Parts: sequence; structure tokens; C-alpha cells
Amino acid sequence: MTIPVAMTVNGKPASGKVEARTLLVQFLREHLGMTGTHVGCDTSQCGACVVHVDGRSVKSCTMLAVQAEGAKVMTIEGLAESAEKLHPMQEAFRENHALQCGFCTPGMVMSAIDMVKRHNYQLDEATVRRELEGNLCRCTGYHNIVKAILAAAPAMKSAGV
Amino acid sequence: MTAATGIGARVLRTEDKRFLTGTGRYVDDLPLARATYAHFVRSPHAHAKIKSIDTSAARAMPGVVAIFTGKDIADAKVGGLICGWVVKDKHGQPHKAPPHPVMAADTVRYVGDTVAMVVANSHDEAKDAAEAIKVDYDAKPANVDLAKALDKGAPEVHPEAPGNLIYDWEIGVKADVDAAFAKAAHVTKIDIVNNRLIPNAMEPRAAAAEYDKGTGNYTLWSTSQNPHVLRLILSAFVLGIPEHKLRVIAPDVGGGFGSKIFCYNEETMVTWAASRVGRPIKWTAERSESFQTDAHGRDHVTHAELALDKDGKFLALKVETIANMGAYLSTFSTAVPTYLYATLLAGQYTTPLIYANVKAALTNTAPVDAYRGAGRPEATYVIESIVSKAAKELKMDPADLRRKNFIPSTAFPYQTPVALQYDSGNYPPIIDEAIKIADYKGFEARRAEAKSRGKLRGIGFSSYIEACGLAPSQVIGQLGGGVGQWESAQLKFNPTGNIQILTGAHSHGQGHETTFAQLISDKLGVPMDQIEVVHGDTATTPFGMGSYGSRSLAVGGSAIMKAADKIIAKGKKIAAHLMEASVADVVFENGTFKVAGTDKAVPLGQAVFAAYVPHNYPLAEIEPGMDENAFYDPANFVYPAGTQICEVEIDPETGVVEVVNHTAVDDFGNIINPMIVEGQVHGGIVQGVGQALLENAVYDKETGQLISGSYMDYTMPRADDVPSFKLGYKVTPCPHNPLGVKGCGEAGAIAAPAAVMNAVHDALAPLGVSHVPMPATPLNVWQAIHGARAAAE
Repeated sequence: MTIPVAMTVNGKPASGKVEARTLLVQFLREHLGMTGTHVGCDTSQCGACVVHVDGRSVKSCTMLAVQAEGAKVMTIEGLAESAEKLHPMQEAFRENHALQCGFCTPGMVMSAIDMVKRHNYQLDEATVRRELEGNLCRCTGYHNIVKAILAAAPAMKSAGV
Repeated sequence: MTAATGIGARVLRTEDKRFLTGTGRYVDDLPLARATYAHFVRSPHAHAKIKSIDTSAARAMPGVVAIFTGKDIADAKVGGLICGWVVKDKHGQPHKAPPHPVMAADTVRYVGDTVAMVVANSHDEAKDAAEAIKVDYDAKPANVDLAKALDKGAPEVHPEAPGNLIYDWEIGVKADVDAAFAKAAHVTKIDIVNNRLIPNAMEPRAAAAEYDKGTGNYTLWSTSQNPHVLRLILSAFVLGIPEHKLRVIAPDVGGGFGSKIFCYNEETMVTWAASRVGRPIKWTAERSESFQTDAHGRDHVTHAELALDKDGKFLALKVETIANMGAYLSTFSTAVPTYLYATLLAGQYTTPLIYANVKAALTNTAPVDAYRGAGRPEATYVIESIVSKAAKELKMDPADLRRKNFIPSTAFPYQTPVALQYDSGNYPPIIDEAIKIADYKGFEARRAEAKSRGKLRGIGFSSYIEACGLAPSQVIGQLGGGVGQWESAQLKFNPTGNIQILTGAHSHGQGHETTFAQLISDKLGVPMDQIEVVHGDTATTPFGMGSYGSRSLAVGGSAIMKAADKIIAKGKKIAAHLMEASVADVVFENGTFKVAGTDKAVPLGQAVFAAYVPHNYPLAEIEPGMDENAFYDPANFVYPAGTQICEVEIDPETGVVEVVNHTAVDDFGNIINPMIVEGQVHGGIVQGVGQALLENAVYDKETGQLISGSYMDYTMPRADDVPSFKLGYKVTPCPHNPLGVKGCGEAGAIAAPAAVMNAVHDALAPLGVSHVPMPATPLNVWQAIHGARAAAE
């Protein structure tokens, strides 16, 4: 049995028919073909699947697609203003070499943006490290991710995003 | 132009944009029309006979396309997986090689062993059907505890390896070492376990395969670090599909750390079944499957003894190790605890006599193979633990004891007593720099300040040596390796002057698309945005060995330089023709061919265009086109070395260890992109800190159940477990490759565990603690503290 579901993804209407058990991340990846959001574990620990749902960061492997009915979903694919102009967080990750294999990166970036906003663009290293509790990276040792987020916070503020 | 993008420049990565915008393409992202999905039924037992498998109910489930069991594989005469490195034991006999079927037919040998494959229209349907397959097992006793794995009467994993012994191997002359020990003024002894690790690349392993009925061609997309080698193994040993009928593509791969070098059951099964099902098949591991079936790392039990004279000079080292192989021999498993471990036991020191005995044991656990560092972290942990312990026993400064025994810079090339010849190095300035950066002099003040807060502060050194850049083919062959160890490169100019670098190496996070482009930007003066690096596809790239053992730049980069030399040589002939000059008078500078002492000049782009549109061209002498191949087989390994200094604080009430400072000074030879190198070191250190403090693969010793089988149970390092790091560099260029480079990919993980553990022991020494097992979890530390207290009372 399938259930119709409709939501806004990256500003555009998206709909489909899903099973009740279909996860939001499956809907994004398998139904919409938006494979920027990744799945790195099966216990909601790694954070590779983080997206924004109505402005808040959510592990999309821990939410059913039907729970996002009517919601505004933002994924990594929707962040950059244009092909040339990246979001300040994406730019900071690039400038600070905060990614290597790139697999955890979408979730890291989405979590980081939410983190910066929740802390009103003011962060210190200890806060960033604590806030990254829900995102695993095996490549970078976190050093440059922390650096990038600290650099992005004022950049986001001045860009008004 | 090239100054900003050439060798030594901090060039931002070319590959980042796609990864940052969600447009990377990993195996699981591939859209394959009419795809089916595979799910594997896995053994819940560590050791059992399969009495029967009933697939009838599962076959009737919705969406099921096919079900295969070990019997189908056996009937189809699919070959077993191979171990590609023959290690000869101390009697000269090749190691025991029990069969490694891609699907178990009658016996399962570890929790997670593959029993059946379900193929269905969706992954959920495949998983539902897998649950309906009834397997009747007759459970048998399991051999799990490595320390007892070779004991008489231990349950036998394979009848082909009596007593579970794969080999009993040695290096060095025991009698000479024993004689040196007899004359020693002091002997330091350690008993250590190098804890078993689960690699945990963030992208789980995945495979997708397609069969083209019209051509008979197979395509396998795999999360592989070395697609050509994977194809070679599948073609020559396992599936019998001729190499030219099998294309292996490793697209964007989300980390490897060794675990994606090997040929695995699942990718083999998916390829084999694709032609039988007649539709593409996709499989992606769930994380719990990764925990159970990715080849694990480390897992040694070691006793070591160091003999010193009265002045603290090392006289001899004796090492006895049992190394876990798991239930089957993975692709390069046998080489790791021998040629990548025991040959490194000289470390940075002049120890004149070394004897090592390694026994490789089978257990009913997942296969164990190379994991970041592969053997070298295990060697470093042995050497650097025993050296620090010796310093404590002799009441010597640990840095001084190391300095006293360093190989002097004048002694290179240096022949160690364990086969390797170090090509270059200069160790004292490295430790001096590390001491400066870490403010070693100020440590006692910091220790006292920590004490005033109730914390125990300790400092630990680790001076590592690494043999990487695997390496000369003939040496590898003499040691039993089944492959060559060169690397390939093809430089393919297009008529409009842009260029493709096709490499046999593979990037799964290391940034080759940037570093390799920098080489060509520097050498040929081509702007970065005119260079494309292509890797990971057997159909487009020349045969190559892939990336592992920190070899991509030292070997693959050297191949690129060699091909670039051929481009320049050909370009000179073209330019000489165009300038009506003699080839001998043509020089190549900053991307332009010139005749010295004249204003005649031909930019490389013009020579390239002439090569493709050869209207005015020396056709009698040279062929058209600008497309050069090179294969580079190095003269030796490369030998990066360095010193890490770790500072920890321990809460004696809880046993919690916090890394408060961590310094790494490395000699990687010349550095192409410092930004990328720093990233490699950071990541390596955290994997090492993870091993030292957090990570541990734990099997129940009776049942063989994997207890640490998820991120809820296996402690991955998180951002708040580590500090930011302080790095430094010293440079002694590698004398035998054209770039003067050494490898940097594994160094962090090689040195860090010993640095952290030495710091932990230093912190706890005032309490009388002499040994804390790795990982130094709060429980292990607390028990060590209380064990020492109990012993004192």
C-alpha cells in the first residue's frame, strides 16, 4: 500500500507515493533522485543524512517521508545561490580544506549552518566541537571542519544568511 | 601563473565543489535503469555447519527476482577469493591457504559470513524476503580469543590449517640476539595487545553490476581503492570473466583506509549474478554489515624485549607476535604482520640485532587485513612503547634515550638488520622541532598546574619510521607479493591545449585531482582549469595498482612526471621544426619552447596543436598526436619519519583521558600541497587517537558475537574527543624519485597510538601504574589505577 506525500524541497514542490515505512532520506534519494544527502549508518549516529526541515536540522534517516508532509525541506543541493556562488558555509569548507572524501560533507554542512544560526553567529571552538556530536567524519580529524565553521559564522552573518 | 598553483602551493581542491553541492557520484548514487537490489543473508553464528537452507517461502515473496546460495556458487564452479601474498614460513614452506568461498556452502566461520543472496525489485523487498529464508545451523565451538587461538585443543577454523596456524615466520638470527641479551646491562620487557579496529570509512562498501547481453560485457561499479587489481583478481582467479569483458569503475569513493583494497564476497556475487538475473543489481552495505564484514585491522598479541648497555644504547630487540587473520585470508592479510611489520622493527634506531617471530592465527572472526598504516602502526607501538618504558626504568629523559639511539644523518643509506634499506632521513632535528612546538620544557609546570586541579597530566613521545610508496616490483616479488608495484600515467593533450591526466592511482579523499594537476601545472605550465585528472575506470585509465600504502604521489606522481618528460621531449622536436632550429638548442621554460639566445618561441599549446593538425610537422621523424604513457617502478620504498608528542590529562576519579595537546613533526620529503598534507596528518592522528583511547572491536570470547557492531557500541572519535593539532615539517627529499617525495597518508595513524599511550603511562606513573591496555578507556584506566592501588596495599 502506498501513501501520497507532498512537500517543498529546495523551494520546489515535490510529491510521490511512498510506503508508510519509507524514510525521508529514501524519498529524497530514491524517489526524487537527489543523492546529495547520504546514508552512512543505520543507528542515526553518523549525521551524513542531515537536511533542514522547516529550518531545523534533522537526520533524514530518522524521519518518515510522510512526517515531512507539507514541510519545507532544504538539502545540500539547494544551498548554493548559483553554480558560481556557494553558501558561505560551503565556501568556508572549501577554503579550509574541511572535506576529503566528501561523504560526510553534506550532513556536516547542513548541521553547521543550523549550529551557527542557533548560536546567533557566535561560536567558540569548544562549542563547535560539542555541537558536532551528531556528525562523524573519518578523514579530516575534525581540525579543519572546526576551523571552517568558526570562519563561516561571521561570513554568514555579514551575508545575511 | 604556475607559482600559485605549482609544487608547494596551497591550492584549493578541484574536487570540492561537487562534494559541497551534493553532486558527487558515489556507487549508491548511480541511477541504473531496471535495477534490482541485493540483500545478503548472513550467519548469526561464529562457527556452524549449515544443515539446510529453505528458500521456498522467500521465493514467493513480493518483488523477489532471484535467490542464490552457496550451493549455486559451488555448482557454477565460481572460484574462491584469493590471498595475493605468499609468505613462506621459517622452514621455507608457503603459508596454509584454506579456501575462501564467496558464499558459504556447508560451514559458516564468522558472524556475518555470507549464506544467501536475495535479489528483488527494491531493497526493502529483498530484505523482507531475506528474513523469510530459513537456515538450519548446527552450531560448533568457536575459536575467538587470539591469545589462545593456537593452543592445543582450540576449535579448528579450517581443516586445511591444523592448529589454526597459517604460518610461523621469523626474521633475524635468534642465537645472535640471545647472545646480545646475555651481555646486556638492562633488559626492558613489555606485553602488549594491539587492539582490533574496524575501519569505518563513512561511505559503506557498495557494488552495482550490469551485464550487456549483446556484447557479453560486464560492468562493475565498486567502492574500490584499486579497480584494476579488483578486476584482475575477479577475472584471473574468481569469476573467469576475461579482463577485457569486465569493466570496473570506482567512481567517487567515500574513504577507504585500506578496507576498500580487498576483493570481497558481495561485489563478486553481484557481478556473477548480474548475467543470470539479466538486470543490473545494486548492493550497498548497511553499517551493521560494514562492522561485521569489512576487513578489520591490527589485532596483535605481542611480547617484546629490548636489551640495552649501561649507557642506554640499544643492543638487541626480540619480538614475539601472534597476529589475527580472522576466519579467511583476505587479499593482502599475510603480508601485513610480516613484511609491513617486522621489517619496520628497527624504527629510527641503530639497534644492531633484531629477531622477530610472527605466528598468524585463524579465528572465527571477520577477516583481518591492512588498515591505515598496516603493520607499521603495530611496529611503532611495540618499539615506541618499549623505548619509553626503558627510559622510565633507566630514569632517562625519553627524548634523550631516543636521540642517543637515532640513526645518524651521515649513515644513510642505512641498512637495517631487518631487510630494509632506509634511503634518507635526519631524525634529530625532527624531535628537536617537536619539542619546541610542544613546549616540552614547560611541561613540568603544566603537570603541576593540572595536579592543583586534581588532574594527572602526562606527556608521551612517538618517533616513527614508515616504509611506504609500495614499492619495487622485484623486491615485492621476492617477498611473495603476487602483483607488480609500479604505477602508470597517461598524459593526453587535446588539440585545443587542455589535458587529461589518466592515472592508475585512485582518490578516495586524498585529493589527487588537485595534487596531480599541480604537478602538471608546475612542470608543463598548463593552467589548473585546463587540466582534468581521470581515475578509477578500467576502461579509460591505464592498468594501475591503485592507492594504498601512501603510494599515490611517490609512485603515481612519479609516473606522471615521467610521462611529462616524454611530452617535453616530443614537444621539443615539434618546436625545433617550427622554429627551424636544432632540437639540441631548444629549451622548455614556463610552458614555452625557446631557442636559447634568440627571441624564437613556441608555446606548448602551439606544439600540441601542430601535433594534432600536422600540416607543418616533422612527420618523417615523429608521429602526430600528443599522448604519452609512462610506467614508474621505484628503486626502493620511501621512508617518511617523524615524531609526535602527546599530552593528556586524566581524571583519576573517572579514568577519563583527555588529549590536551598533540604535536606532529614529519619529514615527508618535498611537499606538493601543504594544505592537503596537513589534512592527511590531522585525519591520521585522530584515527590513532581513536585506537589509543576509544576504538575496540570486541567479540564475545565464547560465542564469537560481535559486541561492538554499531556506532552505539564502537566508539568512533568525535569532534569533542580531540583537540586541534600543532604540526611541523622537516624536509629530506627522497633521493630516488623525481619529485623527492615520501608518503603522508598513514603517518598520523602510525605514530599517534604510541604517543598517546606513552602519555597515559607517564600521567599514571606516580600512582605506580605500569601498564594500561589499549584502548585506554575510562574503564581500563580506572581498573589500572585501582589495580595498582590494590597491589600497593
